[in-house]
Amino acid sequence: MNKKPMRRRPWALGVVIFLGLIASGGGYAFATQSVQTNAVGSAEQIEEGRKLFLANCATCHGSNGEGAIGGPSLIGVGAASVDFQVGTGRMPGQASGPQLYKKPVQFTEEQIAAMASYVASLAPGPAIPSEEILRTDGDPTHGGELFRINCAMCHNAVGAGGALTEGKFAPALGGVSEKHIYEAMITGPQNMPVFNDANLTPEDKKDIITYLKYVEQNDSVGGLELGSIGPVAEGLFTWIFGLGFIIAITVWLGAKAN
Amino acid sequence: MSNATEPKTALGKTANYLDERLTLGSVLKNFGRKVFPDHWSFMLGEVAMYSFVILILSGTFLTFYFQPSMAHTIYEGSYAPLKGAEMTVAYSSSLDISFDIRGGLLMRQVHHWAALLFVAAAGLHMLRVFFTGAFRKPRELNWLVGFFLFLAGMGAGFTGYSLPDDLLSGNGLRIIDGMIKGIPLVGPSISSGFFGGEFPGTEVIARLYSLHIMIIPAVIIALLAVHLMMVVIHKHTHYPGPGRRDDNVVGYPLMPVYVAKAGGFFFLVFGVIAAISATFTINPIWNYGPYDPSPVSAGTQPDWYIGWLDGALRLAPGHMDVSIFGYVIPMGVMLPLIVSLLFLAVVAAYPFIEAWVTGDKREHHLLDRPRNAPTRTAIGAAGVTFYAVLWAGASTDLIAVFFQMSLNHVLTAMQVLLIIGPILAYWVTKRTCLSLQRKDREIALHGRETGRVVRLPHGEYIEIHEPVDKYELWKLVDFKDYEPIMPRPNKDGKITLGTKIRASLSKFYFEDRIAPVSKAEYELAHADHAPETIEEPKRKPKQIKAKK
Amino acid sequence: MSELEQYSAGSRTNIERPIKDPGMEPHRERMTDKSERHARNAERQVALLFGISVIGAIIAVWGFLAFPIVGGDLSATRNGAFWMGIGMALSLLGIGFGAVHWAKTLMPDAEVAEDRHIARSSDETRAKAVEIIKLADGESGFTRRKLIRRSLYGALAFFPIPAVVIFGDLGPSVGDTLKHTMWRSGTRLTKDPTGIPIKASEVTIGSVFHVIPEGLSELEHHKLEEKAKAAVLLVRVNPADLKEDPAKAGWSYDGIVAYSKICTHVGCPVALYEQHTHHLLCPCHQSTFDLADHCKVVFGPAARPLPQLPITVDAEGYLVAQSDFLEPVGPSFWDMRK
Repeated sequence: MNKKPMRRRPWALGVVIFLGLIASGGGYAFATQSVQTNAVGSAEQIEEGRKLFLANCATCHGSNGEGAIGGPSLIGVGAASVDFQVGTGRMPGQASGPQLYKKPVQFTEEQIAAMASYVASLAPGPAIPSEEILRTDGDPTHGGELFRINCAMCHNAVGAGGALTEGKFAPALGGVSEKHIYEAMITGPQNMPVFNDANLTPEDKKDIITYLKYVEQNDSVGGLELGSIGPVAEGLFTWIFGLGFIIAITVWLGAKAN
Repeated sequence: MSNATEPKTALGKTANYLDERLTLGSVLKNFGRKVFPDHWSFMLGEVAMYSFVILILSGTFLTFYFQPSMAHTIYEGSYAPLKGAEMTVAYSSSLDISFDIRGGLLMRQVHHWAALLFVAAAGLHMLRVFFTGAFRKPRELNWLVGFFLFLAGMGAGFTGYSLPDDLLSGNGLRIIDGMIKGIPLVGPSISSGFFGGEFPGTEVIARLYSLHIMIIPAVIIALLAVHLMMVVIHKHTHYPGPGRRDDNVVGYPLMPVYVAKAGGFFFLVFGVIAAISATFTINPIWNYGPYDPSPVSAGTQPDWYIGWLDGALRLAPGHMDVSIFGYVIPMGVMLPLIVSLLFLAVVAAYPFIEAWVTGDKREHHLLDRPRNAPTRTAIGAAGVTFYAVLWAGASTDLIAVFFQMSLNHVLTAMQVLLIIGPILAYWVTKRTCLSLQRKDREIALHGRETGRVVRLPHGEYIEIHEPVDKYELWKLVDFKDYEPIMPRPNKDGKITLGTKIRASLSKFYFEDRIAPVSKAEYELAHADHAPETIEEPKRKPKQIKAKK
Repeated sequence: MSELEQYSAGSRTNIERPIKDPGMEPHRERMTDKSERHARNAERQVALLFGISVIGAIIAVWGFLAFPIVGGDLSATRNGAFWMGIGMALSLLGIGFGAVHWAKTLMPDAEVAEDRHIARSSDETRAKAVEIIKLADGESGFTRRKLIRRSLYGALAFFPIPAVVIFGDLGPSVGDTLKHTMWRSGTRLTKDPTGIPIKASEVTIGSVFHVIPEGLSELEHHKLEEKAKAAVLLVRVNPADLKEDPAKAGWSYDGIVAYSKICTHVGCPVALYEQHTHHLLCPCHQSTFDLADHCKVVFGPAARPLPQLPITVDAEGYLVAQSDFLEPVGPSFWDMRK
């Protein structure tokens, strides 16, 4: 990501304003977050973004991002939302299902930045987080505790993912970049709730990301992990491999030698 | 008296010393050459027993370091993402075992893998005993002892699972608390007694620890001793075959063959568990964090052997609180409990039910091939299916995510499957058994198909069938066969309800039986130009005996 | 069969077998029985396996000594566990495979038969046993002396009672602890785990707060017990989406609602909130509650809606409880309505 927001003190990265927004624009403009004052890019970038938007997004989201039959309004969703949705390949969306899947990314980083600037220019919304807040040098203990309280019920205690209702699911968090994790927390993609800065401060979010990256980057001391999904995998392993291997031994043991 | 044989060697002197005090000679004389039949499926019980020995060995190591206290402490060990976290001493000492004591992690993993294997092997052993009819007289009581061993194994597992006081096991305890509270009348008091007040309290880990390392292992050891004693009294069953009868036992002598095989097998089981424990993580308690009543992790499941009970809780229909005079009976808890207890009761009682139905009071030491007891095998398959659906029900969320299905659909499908699955399994298994029996009859009467087709002088094509040798023939024809009984009036000339039930059960078991090949049928089939089968004419071209 | 034939065979048929039991199959010789060279090879293989076992034991000891645990370095823990485990496995498997290979190749493999006898004691033995019991009965007067016998039964029935009663102090009597939580009128809603109070303006639409009562973190005793009952989920939804119930009018504040987080089925924390469907899912047994419709059960085994905590704001704009929950939180129990 070459879009470097103007350097300010890390979390003066925005005057944190709380609005009870959402009046117009429909259900997807729910979020009111820290709005970064410098979120809007240059005029050329916005224009470039507008062209890309019209070509790729307007069919569903309306030619001015006001929303249409296929997709919600993007007014006020902010640059972070665009960066997350397009940057993880979820947008442009494919066949409608319970939920959008992560896919190969369709656009270059410049194009994504341009679209993000364009959408951010429509109305203030959550901005793309600065690199400083994304450094994984926070407090993993505090992050772990917050993760368990706020996230683990859907995403599993170490981010292995889990089920929601009616075919929806909370995706696994392994391999997701720090930036996208942060953006997901401030924008609440799809059915994920929003964790605004009053709920989890930027520092809290940094701690959570630090914890997740610790878990991701450190192999289990106990050996191979069987997907970190808990006792079900362990039970299946016992039956299929543990008992399977031992039964193979018993068959050898009971067979007559040549 | 016996100055004639004064031992001279060191070994001889030791043997003499022991025999004069322990009658060792007599023990060896009686047991040294005791015969044990050899079959891979006879070793499953041994796997369970050896796993239990491994559990005691590794568990003893763990007791040296584990502290079953719910006092609060701040973690200062090696695992960075928990450093400074507030937790109980039980959890922090479990973390210390995992990270800061050499061999601790290995022993924890050995202990947990061995526990899963212990119950799995015991369960498979029970299935082997069931499907081969090894529970019949005189072994009904030993079936019961084994049944209680299995329950004790589950109890040992559950009490151990809860000890580390991590988030996963804490939520497991919370579910138990919720179930206990739901029991009419006494539930809340039992819960208070169990937890020493309100959940989670400060007592429960220490109490579970007492149960886990003293009472339950003592019960298991006692039951195991009775279980093995009965095996010695009854001698082991054997599979049917030439020379194997109800009044003999065919196999290898204890010394030396069985000592080497069974003794070596202990090392093999231990070795496999050690290898798995060295390479695969189990129950990474550091991932779950300390117990706190507010959070929960997706994929909160019990260990596999409690899974079926958790599945029963998930599959229970909703909106089912029954209110009587203002008192509440939560059926979302009671229904799964009642169904599980009924299922266990049927498992425990099965040998007695079948003995009553057949009325066969003889001893059975020759096992049934599962196909030769089609109704029993089908009932077993239905039971396994019922259990398996409940078990799978405990992982509905994981199934939904893994196969990208709707959680709600998976759950509803499981509910349907819980009813339909066992019926379907019963029917398919019964039909399969009967077909296999028919095939056995065919082979016994007409020999094996060789695949060689010849043309006879008058133009007819036939496939050559090769008759089986006498040993194989014996295996195919020698099995126990029952007829349905008729309800007969008793002395007073009345047909009691019990008699009626028994007659209809007997009909259910044996009405569509396939009888073993009789001498008359066999001779008829082997007479030249005879009609080839008695009950199923014209199914196959006439055959001739293979020429050598 | 004679021993067995004294018992009823029930409804067993008695079909004559086509042939007589041919007896055990003839023994087939192994290579090691036929050839001394094979036997010697097998002997060497067994010795090799036992030798591997020794090497395994050495590896396990090395694994213990080579990886001392230095604070914070998890690779030592991992490597130690791995090498100790692999060494142990080799050592154990070496002995196991060696012993079984020995038994299979070099010990006799001809099966032998042994007679069985039925479990029942002989009539003579039984008669003796009955005689002993009768003698004991006569000598003790157990049947004859009714007073002694009956009073013994009484004593045996009563003596275990103290053994049950003595456990009476396992837990305090329940009282109405299950029906009350820490929430009082005016208790601020604070963030879990920090205890920071929450302003209504901070709760934006679509966000979810995990809430504990103010003062919970400072509790000296029963912190977890109180938390286990008082944990609350705080959500703001578009007021237009909320279904109105006149009985609970005024329990929410500008679309902000607070519900108990403890599942009414068996008590797991119900915390999976879907912001668009307004559904709350319990990860343990999949009970689903509709937050927009007073947390009614829409799926799964739960029977009761999640209890709602009536809330409002105080003078400083912080969210506070209006009162405690008006019904018991968590799993249903026998006398919850009394």
